[in-house]
Amino acid sequence: MNCIVCIKQVPDTAEVRINPETNTLIREGIPSIINPYDLHAIEAALQVREKIGGKVTVITMGPPQAEEALREAISMGADEVRLISDRAFAGSDTWATSYTLSKAIEKLGCDIIFCGKQAIDGDTAQVGPEIAEFLDIPHIAYVKKIDDIGSSFIRVQRLMDDGYDVVESRVPVLLTVVKEINTPRLPSLKGKMAAKKAVITRMDSQAIGAEASNLGLKGSPTQVKNIFAPQTKKEKKVLEGNLEQQIDAMIEELRRMKCA
Amino acid sequence: MRIVIRTEKCTGCGECVSSCPFTSIEIRDGKAYINEYCNFCRTCLNVCPEGAIVEIEDEQTGEIGDLSSYKGVWVFAEQREGKIATVTLELLGEGRKLAGELKTQLSAVLLGAGETQARELIAWGADRVYHAAGSELDHFNDEPYSQLLIRLVREYKPEIILAGATAIGRSFVPRVAGKLKTGLTADCTALEIDKDSGNLLQIRPAFGGNIMATILCPNYRPQIATVRPRVMKKAVYDPDRSGEIVSVVCNGVSSRTKVLEIIQETSECMINLQDAEIIVSGGRGVGGPKGFEMVRELAGLLGGTVGASRAAVDEGWIPYRHQVGQTGKTVCPKIYIACGISGAVQHLVGMQSSDIIIAINKNPEAPIFNVATYGIVGDVNEVLPLMIRKLKEAKA
Ligand SMILES: Cc1cc2nc3c(=O)[nH]c(=O)nc-3n(C[C@H](O)[C@H](O)[C@H](O)COP(=O)(O)OP(=O)(O)OC[C@H]3O[C@@H](n4cnc5c(N)ncnc54)[C@H](O)[C@@H]3O)c2cc1C
Ligand SMILES: Nc1ncnc2c1ncn2[C@@H]1O[C@H](COP(=O)(O)O)[C@@H](O)[C@H]1O
Repeated sequence: MNCIVCIKQVPDTAEVRINPETNTLIREGIPSIINPYDLHAIEAALQVREKIGGKVTVITMGPPQAEEALREAISMGADEVRLISDRAFAGSDTWATSYTLSKAIEKLGCDIIFCGKQAIDGDTAQVGPEIAEFLDIPHIAYVKKIDDIGSSFIRVQRLMDDGYDVVESRVPVLLTVVKEINTPRLPSLKGKMAAKKAVITRMDSQAIGAEASNLGLKGSPTQVKNIFAPQTKKEKKVLEGNLEQQIDAMIEELRRMKCA
Repeated sequence: MRIVIRTEKCTGCGECVSSCPFTSIEIRDGKAYINEYCNFCRTCLNVCPEGAIVEIEDEQTGEIGDLSSYKGVWVFAEQREGKIATVTLELLGEGRKLAGELKTQLSAVLLGAGETQARELIAWGADRVYHAAGSELDHFNDEPYSQLLIRLVREYKPEIILAGATAIGRSFVPRVAGKLKTGLTADCTALEIDKDSGNLLQIRPAFGGNIMATILCPNYRPQIATVRPRVMKKAVYDPDRSGEIVSVVCNGVSSRTKVLEIIQETSECMINLQDAEIIVSGGRGVGGPKGFEMVRELAGLLGGTVGASRAAVDEGWIPYRHQVGQTGKTVCPKIYIACGISGAVQHLVGMQSSDIIIAINKNPEAPIFNVATYGIVGDVNEVLPLMIRKLKEAKA
């Protein structure tokens, strides 16, 4: 079974803050990491390989420094990696990103594609299902467990808002995974050595055979108009009276918000 | 449009580097350089002290089709087991507002379920309901859902489509946007119509809620957005309202995936912390597993889920998956009730963007009160039982 895992390098958003006066980000020294959900995607692919054999290829679309993320993937045990990188990709929204990744995947060929549920910088959760549409293959989102897998089918548990569904698909298929699916392994020593030595192959827009009008800003239907700080903290409200009266007032408030 | 660095003016001071939300500016050879991550958000334009970053208008980006032939606001009416999802009613409320501003009609698309549900949607404000009935649509399945919605859009050309940012909406709507080549904005928390252009302004959080972004889809139609549940106001119900039901035939839809089983869960952990609307969290101050019983009970009464500080997790009073904060989960519920939590910065980063924060702590100097909307200075052993009793009374 040949698996491709799509990973994204993202800033560690727990530390991103906006300066409310200048509307700019305060981000001194914030490290770049592999999108946490994508670590679970890598782990899921490695487990498939361990169970039924095959190859795991990890790809990312991003600037040259995203190479670091790919090295980390090698240290976890990926067989191959590709950096999908080209100036022409600048400004890609989810449509253009999905298009670009699908072109790369078409070139590489595979049976199962793993994505994270969402990237923590954009939080869109759109790229996975859109890639599947471009490739004209089925997808299953929010996979929390792989129940069974054979050479031509896969059966998984898909997380829903009120429980989960058991879904079966034929292969090829794209899965997006949630954290519950596994615990990502730590890099092995051997893996770290391999990562250090690895030569990272790069694919540009020509190598993936993409149409220029579908790439980057030009290929992106959506535009970011502006960014701003979330509304700064709501006014503080004082609850009057003794403890019991305070609690009454608060329950009243909860009720007003239809929460009680 | 492009953003370029005038290298002759650039001093390499790096102001722009830290201003960029997308890690797209680096210093190369002492000058700023914009890499592939640029999203053209224009933030950097205002920060350069030398005015070395400028915006250049290119020829029109993207082809403009005949956008004016797209009319009407659509709501994807999510149903599960024949029950209309609450978010659908919220979307109809918001959709009515947008349709009013655009002086156009509001329609709902109902896949699966029956005529009763279609009539319900009219009572909740839809002028028209496109209804496709069929056993293959009763359970959610990505491919039939996306195929039908794509077909309907091609035939009837709406200008706006809203769907819930739920497991269902976020799974199949991207396929629709991909196929139609149009924009899709995820998880919006506010929507407005731009007065001049008539475009939909789609406002959403990014970077774990640390920043907000306004997204536009000016040159493609329909403009599609998924909307976060519980932020929009529900529509007004009027059983006497009239509307039209358009039956949609669903022949020719196919699926390569099969739903074998549907398991509904109602355990306390059913609501993922990060998706929870209400979280009641306990810290060291709740005093032990018994204290957590009260936290649980309160959460249950409010239909919420249970969170915890690291101190409480380290004490072994509650499993790690409930931990909120820097090394736990980042949450953004409507209501966060912190019981016996001091408010260390590592805890605050995980919850301070909650809409309403209620703090219960016996120490009036506890830092949690600095971020709290409502603060109750008191002993949790007194406050929680009282709250629980009052809520139960109110329910009875
Ligand atoms: C690298 C790092 C990462 C961390 N990550 C996290 C994280 O992800 N999440 C997290 O929560 N913490 C995290 N911490 C720990 C954090 O610094 C605090 O130690 C922790 O949040 C304290 O938990 P607490 O508020 O429950 O306990 P305490 O600080 O001990 O506070 C207990 C509070 O309860 C009040 N109280 C006591 N008895 C009562 C009573 N009967 N009635 C009412 N109030 C009462 C007290 O006044 C006090 O304010 C991290 C720390 C480090 C160094
Ligand atoms: N630039 C990218 N390169 C590779 N994979 C990506 C990229 N962007 C998104 N993905 C994949 O798509 C998933 C969802 O991302 P998003 O739609 O941005 O929330 C991620 O978890 C990745 O698996």
